[in-house]
Order: sequence, then structure tokens, then C-alpha cells
Amino acid sequence: MDKTEWKVLKEIAELEKVPQGAYNFRVNGKLDARSVTANIDIESKADGKPGIDIIVKPGTKGESVHIPVVLSQSGLTDVVYNDFYIGEGADVDIVAGCGIHNTGCETSQHDGIHVFHIGKNARVRYVERHYGEGPGTGERILNPRTEVYLEEGASITMEMTQIRGVDSTKRDTVAVVGAGGECIINEKLLTDGAQFAESNVEIVLEGADATGRVVSRSVAKGTSRQVFHPCMTGKAKCFGHVQCDSIIMDDARIKSIPAIDAQSVDAQLIHEAAIGRIAGDQILKLMTLGLTEQEAEEKILEGFLD
Amino acid sequence: MLEISHLRYDVTAEDGEALGILRDVSLTVGDGKLVVITGPNGGGKTTLARTIMGLNQSTGGTIRWNGADLTGLSITERARAGVSYGFQQPPRFKGLKVRDLLALAAGKDSLTPAEGCQYLTQVGLCADDYIDREVDASLSGGEVKRIEIATILARKAGLMIFDEPEAGIDLWSFAKLTETFETIHKRGESTLLIISHQERIIQLADEIVVIEKGEVAKQGPRDEIFPQIMARTVPGCGYMKEADR
Repeated sequence: MDKTEWKVLKEIAELEKVPQGAYNFRVNGKLDARSVTANIDIESKADGKPGIDIIVKPGTKGESVHIPVVLSQSGLTDVVYNDFYIGEGADVDIVAGCGIHNTGCETSQHDGIHVFHIGKNARVRYVERHYGEGPGTGERILNPRTEVYLEEGASITMEMTQIRGVDSTKRDTVAVVGAGGECIINEKLLTDGAQFAESNVEIVLEGADATGRVVSRSVAKGTSRQVFHPCMTGKAKCFGHVQCDSIIMDDARIKSIPAIDAQSVDAQLIHEAAIGRIAGDQILKLMTLGLTEQEAEEKILEGFLD
Repeated sequence: MLEISHLRYDVTAEDGEALGILRDVSLTVGDGKLVVITGPNGGGKTTLARTIMGLNQSTGGTIRWNGADLTGLSITERARAGVSYGFQQPPRFKGLKVRDLLALAAGKDSLTPAEGCQYLTQVGLCADDYIDREVDASLSGGEVKRIEIATILARKAGLMIFDEPEAGIDLWSFAKLTETFETIHKRGESTLLIISHQERIIQLADEIVVIEKGEVAKQGPRDEIFPQIMARTVPGCGYMKEADR
């Protein structure tokens, strides 16, 4: 990898050198570097499809897997299929993410399709950052699809963040939660200019005592547009909560359509959605602490998305 | 020294007529003094405080602080010149933590645990319980108000203006708060302007200013003005007198 690619890598995975534990770096549609451990195996797909299988042995504790993707070649469309098999009782961190550095005038696009099979009582913390940069006029597009299947007592916390430079994104996330399982999705999104973002989240609480939580916070600036469509379905005695909060600025447009679907009398489902501008009083208060209007606005957005 | 001279704040009514919210307010507050501003609701106390901070732009007169003319300055410039103001109804911030707000107020990137503890203890809050809380709707009105006051303490500005600091605060925290005002006053590093109706706070004052109908109705040493305020709590409602006739 060259300097630019390392810089992008730092943005998406906070890596300045190869990480400890298992990793797989994918650069411009090809394998760049890989490392496995005694408990975590990474294999290229046997059927010729682009992508990898990540296999975590049952009982693996405190290990991490980094699987970042970097695109620095303009005009490339990279589609990748990654399947995760997390063994029973394992407890691991997975750091994914994609960064695009586009210097040309052609569109660069990465569509990552991730499928998680999380075994009984296993815990996963999944962090995914999306980022775009580069002086080119070519569009930077990311269309991820994530599927999560949680067995009994399994849990996942997903931190999904897109802060800068992605022109268009259409994100689909589906999770099916087994008995006593838990799925938490924290989504953070900022769009500016003429960017477009759509996020569809569907959590199906299938087993008894399953829990689902979606917390989505977003900021839309410029003429950007955002559409949120989180849906929580309860099929048993379960608890689900959807919360969407957005700050709208300039000439942006935000559409938020939270849905809850109860298919059991014991399903307890709640949704909240709010869109509003930054309150004038918040800016004034920070100005009385010596910040300029612009600094105050930045602080408020930073706090909101952090 | 704070010197307010012939200060006006007018708003335009629906029929186009100018309404004087502050009409010709002149006031001088010496360095290190504690002055309590009191008076009936709607008399212009909060407007006066907000106009000193620049939250309302005055329509006439001048405000000088330590000799510098603040009148044309922005809120930010006034803040940097040493003016601070604790809001009567402080805003809430989704995502900003107590620690962030106090650090911003102190002008630092982050606070040491000792600093956080110091500012919060002075308003009767335990840092352990509050420093990492978001200043959002999960806090009660009284808690937000006390955090607001803590930001003013963290700011350590030369002029501290508090707008009804007692509002919504429980008795125990109120006792702590009056103690804090007393300590700041004794140290003499800041000039305090406190809008209040509380006898306990009025008793701390060097001077009392009564603002009524947008004007200074009375101003003078506490011992002179306080008995006059008490004497005026005589019943006499014009409306009922009308009805009697």
C-alpha cells in the first residue's frame, strides 16, 4: 500500500501499521495482506466469488479481526462477499470499513455484502466506518448489505458511521435475533453538498426475550438528502426500540420512516423519530462561552454525532 | 467596573409602535461588588442582563466594561472581554456531556477530575454522578440549571451575571449555592450581578437595584433599599377597588 492508501486506512480503521490479531486488507479489488491466528481463520472464497470467509473458533475471547477495504483506483467497481462464522461462546471485535480515494472523473464504487452467523452465546462488536476523499470529480459510492443471524443468547453491537466524502450510499441491514439474543445498531451519518444516503434497517426479534435497539443520529447539510427506514418486528415476547434523531441544515431534506411490527401480544416495541434544526439557544449559549457562531455549530454537531 | 449609561431596548409592536422594554437604564457597578437586581416580573431584569451579554442588541445608550465599550460588540467578543451570563432557562444539548460543556466554559480541551469535581461541588452536584451525563432531556430542570451555573463558575469571567439562579433548585442545593456566591464575592476577583427574588441572596448584596417598567426604580446599599422593598408588600389591587365601587 502507498501513502494515500495508508491515510485512508487510518480514517476508516484507525490503523497506522498492521494490527495485532487477524486481518485481511483488500486494496483495489485484490488481496493486499492477510494474517490469521490460531483461533481465527480467513480464507478466500472457494467458489470463485470475490470475498472471504472469516471463521472464529468457539470460545475465542478478546481477539480482533480487521478487514478494511481501500479503493484508490478511479472507475473501479468492487463487489465483495464476506461471510463470518462466529463459534459458540466467542467474544470478538470486528473492524470493517471502506475508504475511497478518487482522483479521477469516473465513479468508484464498493458494495460489501456481509453475512454474520453468530453462534450460541457469542458476542461480537462490529465497527464499520465509511469514508471518501480525493480531488477527482468521479463519484464515490458505497452500497453495503449486512445480514446478521443471532443464535440463542448471541449478541452483536454494530457501530456504523459515515461522516465524510461519500456521494451516494444505499445501506441495507437485516438482523434476525434468536431467543435471549441482542442486536444493537448505532448509526451515525453526515451528508453534505449534493450527497444522498438511504438506510434500511430491519431487525426481526424471533426468539423469546430477544432485544433489538436502533439508535440513528444524522446531520444533513447543503442540498443533501437522507432517507431512513428502520423497522423492528417482534414475533415473540421481546423488546425493541427504534430511535432516529436528525439535525437538518441549509436546503437539505431528511425523511425518516420508523416502523414497528408486532406479531405477538408479548412484543413490546417503541419508536421515536425527530428531525429539527439546531436550536438557536444552543448556539447562543456556546457563544456566551466565547465560541464564534461557526465554532458553536461545529461543537453541537460533533457532540451530536460523537 | 460596569458602566451602563442611558441604555434602551425597544421592540416594535404589531401596530408599528415602539415599545420600550428598557428605557433609559443607567447603572454603575464597582469591581468585586455583588449587586442583586430585583423587581416585579416583566419589569425588564432579564432583558437588561441579556442586553449586557449581547443576546439582545440595545437600541440606545452604552455599556462599558473596564473602560471598554461593549455596545457594538458581538456575544462572542463580549464573552472574550470577560462577560458571562447564566441563562434563566438554559438550553439542553443532545450529545454534549457535562464534561464537554464545562471544558468549553473553562476554555480547555479537557478537564482534570479535580476541576470537574470543584465546579460541580459548588452547585451541589457530585461529579461522579454527573460528569459523563449528557446535558439532554434526561436531566431535570433543576439539574440543568445547576450545570448552567457551574459553566459560569468554570468560566471565571470578570463579570458574572446570574439570572434567577435559585429557580427550580432544591433547598439543600440552594444553601450550597448561596455559600458559593459568598465565597466568590469574598475572593473579590469577579463582579457579580444576580437577578433574584430570594431574601437569602438579597442579604448577600452590597447593593440592590430595583428594576420596574424598564427603568431603575431604586438603587442603593442593601440596608437602605431592602426595608423599602419589604414595606411595599402592601395590598392594594386596583382591579378589586374598581369592583368595589
